[in-house]
Amino acid sequence: MGENIKINIQHLTRVEGHGNIVVDLKDGTLKTCNLEIVEAPRFFEGMLRGRSIFEAQHITSRICGICACGHTLASIQAAEDALGITPSPQTIKLRKLLLHMEILDSHILHIYLLAVPDLLGVKSFMPLIDTHNAVVRRALRLKKACNDVCNILVGRHVHPIRATIGGFTKLPTDYDLDLMLKQLTDLHEDLDETIELISTLEFPQFQRESEFVALVSDNGEYPLLSGNIGSTNGVRMNKSDYKKITNEYIVPHSSAKFTRLSQDSYAVGALARLNLNCGKLNPKAKETAEKLNLANGSNNPFLNTVAQAVECVHCLNDGIKIIEELKATGIDYKEEILVGANETSTITVKSGKGVGAVEVPRGVLFHAYETDETGRILNADIIVPTGQNLANIEADMRALIPTIRHKSEEEITLALEMLVRAYDPCISCSAHFLDVKFVNRRR
Amino acid sequence: MARPKVAFFDFSCCEGCQLQIANFGEPLLDILKLIEVVEFREVMSEKYAGTLDVAIIEGSINTTHAIERIKGIRDRSKVLIAMGSCATIGGVNGIKNAFPLNDIAEYVYGGDSEYFESIQTMSVHQVVKVDYFVHGCPIYPPEFVAVLKAVLMAVPYDVPDYPVCVECKLNGNVCMYDRGVTCLGPVTRAGCNAWCIGNGNICYGCRGMVSNPNEKGSIDVIRRYGLSMEHIINKLEMYNKCRELNPHG
Ligand code: SF4
Ligand code: SF4
Ligand code: SF4
Repeated sequence: MGENIKINIQHLTRVEGHGNIVVDLKDGTLKTCNLEIVEAPRFFEGMLRGRSIFEAQHITSRICGICACGHTLASIQAAEDALGITPSPQTIKLRKLLLHMEILDSHILHIYLLAVPDLLGVKSFMPLIDTHNAVVRRALRLKKACNDVCNILVGRHVHPIRATIGGFTKLPTDYDLDLMLKQLTDLHEDLDETIELISTLEFPQFQRESEFVALVSDNGEYPLLSGNIGSTNGVRMNKSDYKKITNEYIVPHSSAKFTRLSQDSYAVGALARLNLNCGKLNPKAKETAEKLNLANGSNNPFLNTVAQAVECVHCLNDGIKIIEELKATGIDYKEEILVGANETSTITVKSGKGVGAVEVPRGVLFHAYETDETGRILNADIIVPTGQNLANIEADMRALIPTIRHKSEEEITLALEMLVRAYDPCISCSAHFLDVKFVNRRR
Repeated sequence: MARPKVAFFDFSCCEGCQLQIANFGEPLLDILKLIEVVEFREVMSEKYAGTLDVAIIEGSINTTHAIERIKGIRDRSKVLIAMGSCATIGGVNGIKNAFPLNDIAEYVYGGDSEYFESIQTMSVHQVVKVDYFVHGCPIYPPEFVAVLKAVLMAVPYDVPDYPVCVECKLNGNVCMYDRGVTCLGPVTRAGCNAWCIGNGNICYGCRGMVSNPNEKGSIDVIRRYGLSMEHIINKLEMYNKCRELNPHG
């Protein structure tokens, strides 16, 4: 296409939520290169004001169906931090298992339903039902198994019922533990085949030096549920300083707030986690990272999908390990939590501030609350992974376009869509405070 | 017979209800043999502009653009299903209606709030005619299947209009009131098999209120447990705030 390219992709498909890509290359100069977010406003932070801190998990889980458990865990962590509650070791184990299941579930959805169709050259998984029936069946099986384990663990995956401030309203029985263990061990074969599939796919070659941000820790564990915030530029901070990391700012073409740290933008997500913590993956996942050439990290954002595959192996194997440990120690049912509309009667409330920082499928997620002495929320702040990635996606698009501008309009469009999809953006969730009125909209 | 053309559309929501469908697993392929999915933006790039046999709507209506869009979809759809509480009763999106609109926009956007247009949250039937309702946040998968069957056979589906307590007692749960905490089961319509109570939690009213809630009885219970009415109304507003825009909805 050369010197003049005009691309306007409205309602980008196969991403969660609504986004548009607008590119305007005139006489060889890039005039516009925007990822517009066009989700209707939902105002979650505003809605939380005046509500009980005990309702925060229930409400914020509804920000995103895919990351419902991630929002739940970040919200609970922030609330417990504000209330001064320390979760028990058993609770922490069960929460880690829950997080593993959500990451596995979400990555499978992204790999199979959202990313693989591009790489196989079809518009969606629908045509694959005929051409690659076994692949589709495998994806649905994997997805369902994660969902079934979540059903056992927290009642359901989309808006978990049992996970709450202080612990769980109901704990798994011995039978439940056996059932979950069987579900997960049965997945090994399907996951091995998933890795095989990934190893045969060809990802676009593209490199750009990004700053990667993820939770980091000093112990040997791959940090997902807790840790400090770290970056590949050597930044390290306590989670309570999250605002110094995210530095939110508003851009006119999209009111999902953008973020920057040491550079103009940074990336979060599976690839960021791998770039910072690859050495801490469990042995099977490390092996997979080597097989897929990711053991030394990468600057190619398209490989986020591959990093997700590596994390699938980690989450499955670590999940199995947790269940085996729980089976060995037995569950202490005295820890079951009683909640109700008058929940404040069982857990003491106080005024306070708290921050939750949790690695959810798409990257690090922050929830921060401030409460009064009756446990009512005075202020709430939620920073989602996709919001943190937006500026970086635009920077990638700006770097990518000159390298592909000789290609056809269809090819450029597809490449840009694939780039955006590689980040697995969850726009409905970055759009918890979004606009619908376009300030710079190009028709 | 040609398979009915079905499209999924999402408005303001978390998209969790569509995920409930994706979680059916391999049996999903059997469902897909009965219908032809022509548009489903979240998982398909294909688009379709013709007449639809069935439109499945997820999410609530809270922008003027959304009002136009849902009217357009209604015009070209023979049957319209509202799926999930966001669509059927406004759901959690309705909490926003408790605040003055410019106040809530300013809280979230600060000085930039004038960029952002927003109107009060409405459920789908508060804007266009809805033929079938699948309540819940999220939907209860067995009920979705039941509704889909009714749609395909062109018979009505009656949403249960008795309280969650009925299903809860059938399941033999210990009542939360007997455990000393308050639950919204007595005023909430059944159909979820008392999902939350079965998992040790209380009912939050996500399926909406029964058409004739025994309000007096509930108030007695609330007094007995020393809870303030304000507290309970506040709780009910978590899902049911949009109701006041249209009390018969
Ligand atoms: S009803 Fe609940 S689960 Fe369904 S889309 Fe709305 S918020 Fe999500
Ligand atoms: S626990 Fe709730 S739903 Fe069950 S019987 Fe008691 S009040 Fe009704
Ligand atoms: S028990 Fe209540 S809150 Fe839970 S799913 Fe049923 S209606 Fe919704």
